[in-house]
Amino acid sequence: MELKDLIKPENLVYEKSKLQEDEIMHYCPGCSHGVVHKIMAELIEEMDIQNKTIGVAPVGCAVFAYKYIDIDWQEAAHGRAPAVATGIARLMPERFVFTYQGDGDLASIGTAEIMHACNRGENILVIFINNGIYGMTGGQMAPTTLEGMVTATTPTGRNVELNGFPLKITDLIAQLPGTSYVTRQAVHTAAAVRKCKRSLKKAVQNVLDKKGTSFVEVVSTCSSGWKMTPVASNKWMEDNMIPYYPLGDLKDSVKGENVSEN
Amino acid sequence: MGELRLMKGNEVLGEAAIRCGCDGYFGYPITPQSEVMETLMQRQPWNETGMVVLQAESEVASINMVYGAAGAGKKTMTSSSSPGISLMAEGISYIAGAELPCLIINVQRGGPGLGTIQPSQADYFQAVKGGGHGDYKLIVLAPASVQEMNDFVDLGFELAFKYRNPAMILTDGALGQMMEKVELADQKPRWTDKEIHKISGDWATTGKPSSRKKNVITSLEMDSDIMEANNRRFQEKYKLIEKQETRYELIQCDDAEYIIVAFGTSSRVCQKSVEIARAKGLKVGLLRPITLFPFPNAIIKELARKTKGFLSVEMSAGQMIEDIKLAVYEAGSNARVNYFGRMGGIIPTPGEVVDALEDKFSWELNYGVKRSY
Repeated sequence: MELKDLIKPENLVYEKSKLQEDEIMHYCPGCSHGVVHKIMAELIEEMDIQNKTIGVAPVGCAVFAYKYIDIDWQEAAHGRAPAVATGIARLMPERFVFTYQGDGDLASIGTAEIMHACNRGENILVIFINNGIYGMTGGQMAPTTLEGMVTATTPTGRNVELNGFPLKITDLIAQLPGTSYVTRQAVHTAAAVRKCKRSLKKAVQNVLDKKGTSFVEVVSTCSSGWKMTPVASNKWMEDNMIPYYPLGDLKDSVKGENVSEN
Repeated sequence: MGELRLMKGNEVLGEAAIRCGCDGYFGYPITPQSEVMETLMQRQPWNETGMVVLQAESEVASINMVYGAAGAGKKTMTSSSSPGISLMAEGISYIAGAELPCLIINVQRGGPGLGTIQPSQADYFQAVKGGGHGDYKLIVLAPASVQEMNDFVDLGFELAFKYRNPAMILTDGALGQMMEKVELADQKPRWTDKEIHKISGDWATTGKPSSRKKNVITSLEMDSDIMEANNRRFQEKYKLIEKQETRYELIQCDDAEYIIVAFGTSSRVCQKSVEIARAKGLKVGLLRPITLFPFPNAIIKELARKTKGFLSVEMSAGQMIEDIKLAVYEAGSNARVNYFGRMGGIIPTPGEVVDALEDKFSWELNYGVKRSY
């Protein structure tokens, strides 16, 4: 049997989502962003919500997210995506609005906006990519940078006396009664990708069902920032990031409930 | 005739927002303008027109909520006072860069810093020269009465959508707090989805149907050639606004030898100053810019050719005077341009202005000729 005999529609096991644009991605090899983008494009297509979806892109590596998925987008100022999403969602309550933010954007400069959007229980999905570093600006310390981790602004490793502690912001978010579903996932293995997609699907459905804020953290790699190969990055993430940021649901309840389940 | 009421300027801003069919207000309390949001919350327009009113966690959040809602093609506004507007400067720059129509109200107080809660006009530069980063302009309206506080809400939205540009009402704590008779407009319906589609369908993010390309709201462009082209397009738009939207009022300027230039609260004071000066036999007139951007350059150039001098009367250290000087310079006139003002929340009195005029132009008044330097 030759290759051309295999290439038939009935043998097709996977295809790119129609909503994924044919743009050349600017992400580095091994970066988690591409995988999460792919999942979102697939979900929006599968759930048939392209015509009601508005994405809000952050400042950070995902600043060009709007180039890659064929939906309406707004590009927010650094950290302000939850406020921008609030404006859209409040005035168009029948739409599905999500923000896509990195750790610097969400957990440093945008702390006020994310806490208050989640506390108001804005009916939005927040996707939080946590790779413990500022990728776009060249690998500086992020609020989620692990203790001892070397970055461009912590050349001898993060010193908690000087820089404070890595911020588990998702744990704080889970405490807020405005949130209904708070989970921490990863996309470094096929199994993790499938699990992350299930979580994101549930989160999207929650927003469609007007259940308040859904928040999905994705513990991610940054091969360029970490100065490792993609394979080594995945290993390093498993050995170092996931023990500090353990995967799993932090909260799965209804809006208004005051205590996280975890 | 519309409904007549006795109202505070700030209350009127809220009432006018509802009546002009505004879709959303996002704000944060700050003196001396908190009555704007208080009025809206008391009126509960969401029960009547469906207008959304939300108290945000900060001015930073307010302006970014405005960005989001304006990006969806909605009539959206915020209001604040000087320190709050400084916090919004980043967001306003993004809104201008993404060419989003919205209305921003600055009920000015004295600065710098926390300053005072008393009225001021010291945010003139911030309002007319940009305020945030990058080359951009706001359409700036300066009301001088509670009636104009009412009228300029609708006008601000109209201009903002006409040019896809943020508009600002630059007023102050005196106009915000004072009560006057006002004729309110009749209730206009909010735009339907169909109308929004017609007005803003080619750019607003309302959810992408298969029939069109995706709409993206952004001020980002990494290609400098394109970014320069964007900037050129903005500048062309600002020139068009200058050509088409300049508004001003002239009071007793026909035979005036000296012209007071003042806007907003200080222009109200100066109307009385003109009366006092005229009673003394001085030929004084008043030019009141209604739009601060676009600034009424053309009329100043025209007046500069036949008057002996201008007195810029401001509740600031002298900011608008720079724009008057530019216009006089462009006219090739040697009319003298002087400044008188008070700062820190003090409103000048009519008599003070006349004294200043007589003092600053004492040479001309005594000798009947322009002083040469």
